[in-house]
Amino acid sequence: MIMATATLATQPLPVLPEGWAGEKDFNPIGSLSAATQRTIEPVGPHFLAHARRARHKRTFSEDDRIQAQEAAKKVESTNDDEISEPEDPMDLQRDAKDWKSQDHYQVLGLSKYRYKATEEQIKRAHRKKVLKHHPDKKAAAGVTDDDNFFKCIQKAHEVLMDPVKRRQFDSVDEKADVDPPSKKQLAKGNYYKLWGSVFKSEGRFSKTTPVPEFGDENATKEQVDEFYNFWYNFDSWRTFEYLDEDVPDDNENRDQKRHVERKNTNARKKKKAEDNARLRKLLDDASAGDERIKKFRQEANAAKNKRRLEKEAAEKRALEEAKAKKEAEERAAQEAEAAAKAEREAQKKAKESAKNAVKKNKRVLKGSVKEANYFASGAASAADVDAVLGDVELVQGKIDPEEIAALAGKLNGLTVADEIKSVWSAEVKRLVEAGKLKEGDAKSLA
Amino acid sequence: MAETGSRPAPGDRTVIGLVFGNSNSSIAYTLDEKAEVIANEDGDRQIPTVLSYVDGDEYYGQQAKAFLVRNPKNTIAYFKEFVGQDFKSIDPTHNHASAHPHDVDGVVSFTVNDKEEAVEPSTLSVSEVTTRYLRRLITAASEYLGKTVTSAVITVPTDFTDKQKAALIKAANDADLEVLQLIAEPVAAILAYDARPEATVEDKIVVVADLGDTRSDVAVVASRGGMYTILATSHDYEFAGCHLDQVLIDHFAKEFIKKHNTTDPRENARSLAKLKLEAESTKKALSLGTNASFSIESLIEGIDFTSTINRLRYEMSARKVFEGINRLIEAVVKKADLDVLDIDEVILSGGTSHTPRIANNLAALFPESTTIVAPATCATAINPSELLARGAALQASLIQEYDAEDIDQSTHPAVSTVKHIANALGVVTLAADDASSESFTPIVPAETAVPARRVARIAGPKNGGDVLIRVVEGGAHIKVTKPEPKQKAETNGAKDEDDSDDSDDDSSDEDDEEEEKREKVWRIGNTVAEAAVRDVKKGSQVEVTLTVNADLSVIVTAREIGGKGGVRGVVKAP
Repeated sequence: MIMATATLATQPLPVLPEGWAGEKDFNPIGSLSAATQRTIEPVGPHFLAHARRARHKRTFSEDDRIQAQEAAKKVESTNDDEISEPEDPMDLQRDAKDWKSQDHYQVLGLSKYRYKATEEQIKRAHRKKVLKHHPDKKAAAGVTDDDNFFKCIQKAHEVLMDPVKRRQFDSVDEKADVDPPSKKQLAKGNYYKLWGSVFKSEGRFSKTTPVPEFGDENATKEQVDEFYNFWYNFDSWRTFEYLDEDVPDDNENRDQKRHVERKNTNARKKKKAEDNARLRKLLDDASAGDERIKKFRQEANAAKNKRRLEKEAAEKRALEEAKAKKEAEERAAQEAEAAAKAEREAQKKAKESAKNAVKKNKRVLKGSVKEANYFASGAASAADVDAVLGDVELVQGKIDPEEIAALAGKLNGLTVADEIKSVWSAEVKRLVEAGKLKEGDAKSLA
Repeated sequence: MAETGSRPAPGDRTVIGLVFGNSNSSIAYTLDEKAEVIANEDGDRQIPTVLSYVDGDEYYGQQAKAFLVRNPKNTIAYFKEFVGQDFKSIDPTHNHASAHPHDVDGVVSFTVNDKEEAVEPSTLSVSEVTTRYLRRLITAASEYLGKTVTSAVITVPTDFTDKQKAALIKAANDADLEVLQLIAEPVAAILAYDARPEATVEDKIVVVADLGDTRSDVAVVASRGGMYTILATSHDYEFAGCHLDQVLIDHFAKEFIKKHNTTDPRENARSLAKLKLEAESTKKALSLGTNASFSIESLIEGIDFTSTINRLRYEMSARKVFEGINRLIEAVVKKADLDVLDIDEVILSGGTSHTPRIANNLAALFPESTTIVAPATCATAINPSELLARGAALQASLIQEYDAEDIDQSTHPAVSTVKHIANALGVVTLAADDASSESFTPIVPAETAVPARRVARIAGPKNGGDVLIRVVEGGAHIKVTKPEPKQKAETNGAKDEDDSDDSDDDSSDEDDEEEEKREKVWRIGNTVAEAAVRDVKKGSQVEVTLTVNADLSVIVTAREIGGKGGVRGVVKAP
């Protein structure tokens, strides 16, 4: 914003001294001394202008220019939305007496605004029509006695500028209604958009504003609930007085007058009830096809079902786990049994083979003494044979199978009697030392 | 209705200006760029900040205030100062005759019986009380306007802390009210004056004295091209409206005792409450007329009391308070490093400003060139009780089209904190009578926020020709001229008589001071630039435009009015 007024100084400026010179008549000499940082109070039109300049980094002159442009644009736009609808030739032929059936908005050229038209618009539209259709102008053009349409204009103005009458007219202005979408339309179009515009137009009768919007498929449950709650408790200012039958205003027939009045009141009531029923049906229709409600119900059910299913699943899982555990135990027991059996058999086999080995070794032992001819020189006597074999038996009885096997290993392959004897005597000696044989036992082998 | 904390879209807002005071609150709206204060359903424009609960019914405003006599325990008054404060830091003096504040975990709370009988009394935090009270104000405004009020600009004292501001915004949001902005009270008062259609944008220093019921706040504000910078502030709890009430209470209580020889009615809580209410209305009557009556039915022990007082008697009794206010204002001017001669305007705001004596005292304190804007001294003054609400409403109408985010950004310190030039910037001119004496003509005054642009029209030399434009900084100082001794000697005889005449109402000290001539004199400081405008016609004027940029560089343009061309130059930033 500009400082509108320039300060005036009465004291005169000094005369330029002789010989003063500067580049383009200007000489920068010093600079400003230090400044203080302070806070401007963010209040008032001039501060807002300052904030605008600061935020958009404009200079004073730039800002002046932009502001001027914006101001100019505003003027233009107010002219632009001027009401310029073509006039209906049928309207021009209207009889002003039949004003009840005329569309006041259309007469003034405001049919695209209707209940949304502002008072300002109505005033401007009226003025425009008056300028065009004033009977004096018609008279000047040579047409006389044609003020019918002018009267229509005046009537429209009278109705629309009176808030009470305008509401009465708006109540019955069916051209502002949006018809509920048909099934065919719904199948093709966007459900929410179609119904949304219906409720937007119905919302004009609401006593409480703002009217909640229908929303779209992404609306939350709260929004949808709010919408339906609002509409099922809809408080409407719609009245049907406008459709009243004319009450005869002569004083002659009072009964007739009262009769008509009663009739009107009843008709109003009836229409109001019908309107409420109509609205109720609209709502029922809208909610019946509302996928969001279904979705929310499903979600609620799903939540309930989910809990139940989860419980069932948990039970089932527990059961299965128990069963698996039992099976595993059984399997483990079987396996253990089989293993034990196998082991037992292996042990048996080992025992038998050990027994066989012992037998074989014992044969080797006995064979060895036989090989050594029972340590006798020449033919061995029966007594020698008995003594040696008895001693071999004795030794065998004193030592365990491993030692027998070791002894047999030593003896195996030996054929010379002395060698065999020395092995036996070493064994006997060892056994005597170990205390298993007494000194003097197994003499024949020592 | 807007949900708590949600912000309505700029187009859907219904805005009001709201003053939430310690004693009284008011609401205003704008109609065709004119602010109007709204009367509530009781017809009050000044709505007492009082809530009272009787049998579960909530009363507010004047009705609630009347309950201070009959139902003080369930009546909450003077709670605004407590918003956002710890219990430790509050002064509960004024709540003595109403519900007492107490400490609930550091939160200031009141315990009142706000439900039907036979229910436990409930404890309300001060923020809850504020929310309830604001809700009543909003309802009153909505009913008056026929639309639900969604948003408001609220005024706050300049010493309101961030915590208090946050608490107030929270309380307002809880009452379903969007707070567009909190604005400083002195600035709201200036805005109320500056937004009048006849007002012009001037560079001036304004003192705003906001004299309320429980506190007085004074601020020195530099108004530069319609932008306001607060230079100094002062807050006082000693010299305010309630102290004037106290003067009247004491006066009439003494009279009552003398007349009826009874106990002191000030000792009895109910009698004191009656005295207080009547004293307030008598005080108001004395602001309008020179006589006022004071009558209370059954003041104490069933005795009715009626008396009258004239304004002179009242002003003498209340002299201490009036002088205190004078001292307070003088001190703030000093605090801002200024002299009373620097002050162009004194705006009195707040209910106590109706008192004619205060305005008259200030008229004597300040030089004649200073305008004292108060009902007693200025015919065009706006009702001082309504100033703040009007200012707030005007600001609300200015910013109601802005998005909340836009408001935050525009009021951000990065935007509002800027450099202010320390010295005035102007040109050297010649004194009218003496062509050889140079003097300083300020164009951009000191304490102007940069960037700034000022235009001045200065007469050219008498005979025309080339002129020199010397842009210089200027400093002001107060020149005190003692009366010449010779004159004194001459008038000595007469002066003695004067003295004896004057000594009745004023001390002779002040007499001497008054004889001193104090004036503001400009000193030419360092030269910033020189420029020449050639061939100026005889008798024409030169227009000098000085633009100081945000970096303190200066653009000087000068041209002869009606002439062609001109000169333009830039002085670099320091």
